[in-house]
Amino acid sequence: MTVLADLPADPTVERRRAVQEAAASSLRRRKIGSGIALGVCWAFLAIAIVPLVAVVAYVVVKGLPAWNAAFFTQSTVPEGIPGGGVWNAIVGTIVITGIAIAVTVPLGLVVGLFLAESDGRAAASLRFTADVMTGVPSITVGIFGYIAIVRNYGYSGLAGSFAIGFIMLPVIVRAAETAFRGVPTSLNEAALALGARKATIARRVVVPTALPGVITGVLLAVARGLGETAPLLLTIGGNQYLQWNPTKQMASLPTTIYNSSSQPYADQVQLAWGAALLLVVVVLVLSIGSRLLAARLRKERR
Amino acid sequence: MTIIETPTPAPASLPPGTRGRFGLSDRGFRWTLGAAALVVAALAAWFLVSIVLQARPAFSTLGFSWIFQGTWDPSHGKYGLLPFILGTLEVTAIAVVLAVPIGLGTALALAYLVPARTRAGLSTTVELLAAVPSVVYGLWGLVVLAPVFRDTVEPFLTSVLGWTGLFDGPDQGVGLLLAGVILFVMIMPTMVAISRDVLAVVPNEQLEGAMALGATRWQVLRKVVVPGARTGLLGAFTLATGRALGETVAVALVIGNSPYIAHSIKSPAATIPSLIVNNFGEATGTELAVLFAAGLVLLVIGITVNSVARWLVWSTAGPSAGAAAR
Repeated sequence: MTVLADLPADPTVERRRAVQEAAASSLRRRKIGSGIALGVCWAFLAIAIVPLVAVVAYVVVKGLPAWNAAFFTQSTVPEGIPGGGVWNAIVGTIVITGIAIAVTVPLGLVVGLFLAESDGRAAASLRFTADVMTGVPSITVGIFGYIAIVRNYGYSGLAGSFAIGFIMLPVIVRAAETAFRGVPTSLNEAALALGARKATIARRVVVPTALPGVITGVLLAVARGLGETAPLLLTIGGNQYLQWNPTKQMASLPTTIYNSSSQPYADQVQLAWGAALLLVVVVLVLSIGSRLLAARLRKERR
Repeated sequence: MTIIETPTPAPASLPPGTRGRFGLSDRGFRWTLGAAALVVAALAAWFLVSIVLQARPAFSTLGFSWIFQGTWDPSHGKYGLLPFILGTLEVTAIAVVLAVPIGLGTALALAYLVPARTRAGLSTTVELLAAVPSVVYGLWGLVVLAPVFRDTVEPFLTSVLGWTGLFDGPDQGVGLLLAGVILFVMIMPTMVAISRDVLAVVPNEQLEGAMALGATRWQVLRKVVVPGARTGLLGAFTLATGRALGETVAVALVIGNSPYIAHSIKSPAATIPSLIVNNFGEATGTELAVLFAAGLVLLVIGITVNSVARWLVWSTAGPSAGAAAR
């Protein structure tokens, strides 16, 4: 522009300069606006991350002091009495979730196989049904468990497994379908060309090849099932004592957190933090594990 | 360890028609798959039918008008559901009003602004936090956040925004505002993970084209990326809304559980899920049927919202978008 300044006055040059100045000032304005808007985005990122990290930090800081020998070996004590642990709740959660896993994983895998193998209208509507099931409010699943099991057989760990299984099933089905669909068609065709039956192909080709993806999905479903509280509040009945028998009333970690957190006694709240930490650790280990597995799978495929 | 096993072909020596170890013919295999699929379909149908059937007494004895009446007093036969419907909508509205701008900004930052090296770490952190059980958020809200709200946040908001009349009444900590904020924190990971996925599918050529025309970074995001992902973003917001509507325990812990229509954003209130979970233990007869009916109302809202959301997200980014945060 300094070069232009030395030239004799010329209307074209004048106009060009005016346009350039206007463009420069517009650019300056737009750049400032852009900077402000992007700054706001960064601020929102911070606003989003801070409370999420704060939750986990609080759980660790408040929960760790609760972890002692009694916490892991004793059962909960009545309100207002100091001491006690959550062993009964740990056992309850293991039994309830374990039964739910044992039933929903095989069923979910077979249904996932069905969805991966079929493209008809029936499969599409089942796929949609499974997706809607993942979004059903969990309290209504609790109501279902109450109507279907508790009304006829009373509160029990099994009723809780039923409700938790209902929540886990669609997650497993959709994850399994995605994993099975990822198996290369050429593998299928090679097995077919060798005269293998569909069942044999499923067992020896499709399932082993898709296994890491399937495990990832199952781990995520389990992580979800472990933390569900509302369905258990309506189905398991609660139990202050150690109970391994799933046909009886049981305790669980999420319901223990729920019930203890609103107590006026510091010991109970402390117990709730400890149980929350335990639950968060298990859930995060499952989620991170499933991610590592998925990453490893991607690397091996490449 | 190799995860991918070499597929073993079926033994060629088997004469045709012999059953293998698995013992299933092709037809039997198809039947097994179909039967399992039927089990899932039947389960879904059983779920819907049983709640409808158990809720029916509420409609046959009380009609439909109770749904929109304002008094909840089961001991005098008054089952007005309006306070809880309003409470559910208000809490969800607070959460969504906070989550839409903040979630969109966060997703844009994660998808386009954060350096690639930290992006993966930050995204994973947000997604992992979606797995933290809701009862943990409730515990945090009740024990940590409620005192802060009572002593700092609510007095401050009242002094700044008191003239709107939204902040009348005592500062109690628990109430609509805290429940809405806790829900906002809880639905953030879902919202951000899905928004980021749908924002990332906008074609690179369009971004480059806009940059070549001299657009600033914000103009590219504002005029190319966001409009391109509009449908999917709407789906992400709707899905997060569905999550907020159905949340039970976190809300029940921090909302204060009052069966009256809230007159202020700080008032204790109740939602349909918190009503159900708090009254289930003692309810019998008509009240129990009313609680089932309230669950049915919630279910209908939830299924509608979720179906719309899935359809919106699918139509932008395909069926697997945001799978990590489901």
